[in-house]
Amino acid sequence: MGLATLFISAILINNFVYHYFLGICPFLGISKKIDASLSMGIAVTFVMALTAVVTWPINYWILIPYKLDYLQIVSFILVIASLVQLVEMFIRKTSPPLYQAMGIYLPLICVNCCIMGLALLAALKNYNFAETVVFGVSAGLGFTLAIVLMAAIREQLDLADVPEPLKGAGISLIVTGIIALAFFGFSGMIK
Amino acid sequence: MEKMAVKSLAHDFSKGLWQENPVSRQLLGMCSTLAITNAVINGVAMGLAVSFVLVFSSLLISLLRKLIPSQVRIASYIVVIASFVTMADRFLAASFPSISKSLGPYVPLIVVNCIILGRAEAFASKNTVARSLIDAFGMSLGYILALLILSAIREVLGSGTILGYKVLGTWFEPWVIMILPPGAFITLGILIALANKIEQRIKLGR
Repeated sequence: MGLATLFISAILINNFVYHYFLGICPFLGISKKIDASLSMGIAVTFVMALTAVVTWPINYWILIPYKLDYLQIVSFILVIASLVQLVEMFIRKTSPPLYQAMGIYLPLICVNCCIMGLALLAALKNYNFAETVVFGVSAGLGFTLAIVLMAAIREQLDLADVPEPLKGAGISLIVTGIIALAFFGFSGMIK
Repeated sequence: MEKMAVKSLAHDFSKGLWQENPVSRQLLGMCSTLAITNAVINGVAMGLAVSFVLVFSSLLISLLRKLIPSQVRIASYIVVIASFVTMADRFLAASFPSISKSLGPYVPLIVVNCIILGRAEAFASKNTVARSLIDAFGMSLGYILALLILSAIREVLGSGTILGYKVLGTWFEPWVIMILPPGAFITLGILIALANKIEQRIKLGR
């Protein structure tokens, strides 16, 4: 698969939220306001790109040559947790305005299944380094698209007359289902 | 005194089934819940794998709760959880390769399942071993129940089968959408609304 195809497919067809069900917790939790979800999306994309850059060498230069691949889960999660911590400290020191914008979302990303899912899926599909990085960036953009779309709909939903038991998670999940259905329309784009 | 203790233990167990059900009330562990409930067998396997990890990590974390410094507690919990997830993943891959294959990356992803870290932080780190174990069993059972209901609905409507046996006759045209991602979102949304409605009824009845 070419890199461009991979890029488009990870955003529109194999979207992390609508296809792999990854990152549903922040997707439902934070998607109430468009600007907050945009910050979250950017923070996730940034960390995903970094994760792709860091986990690929660990997997292919350390774990696989020394037949330690059963340590994949433990090492990936530790790397991701410390990476998020480092990024947070770095941004706080170098760029306070950026920290203001995405700071509170960074610690949350640590337990976001998107990031771990990216590391595992890239390893499972035997992507090479370039493919892993493209996959990371485009999956992050796909997540951003999904969460911003959802926030836009939820801002309108506040004005709608939703039956009491469906309020909150119920209606959000059904709306997500309908968007996921709409995204199926893209699957014909790439064979 | 004795009676009180029994009552609170019973509460520790039963709250996971309904009041604090991880799926329908706390909305935790959504990723795995939605992704693997396209067939009952996958739901059962996932439910058991999560229960194994939840019970053993609650046990170990409540045993170590006085030894782990609070600054590094989250990191320590993650290492404990990741070790049990690795065991579950290797076991499934060795004993049930076909199920392991159809669950794909979602078994390793138990490590970021918020149910487990949530219980470690909210319960096991503060309570005795016995209470933490009972809490973990209750939560696991609640999770398995939710997965069973969701996967049964999706498998019956989506393929007309349960555990691979045909339950609906040949007249039934399977709704393929139910085993695809949109079906998962819509079914869970309706189930959560149903749970809210029942909860409302219970509250009104009181």
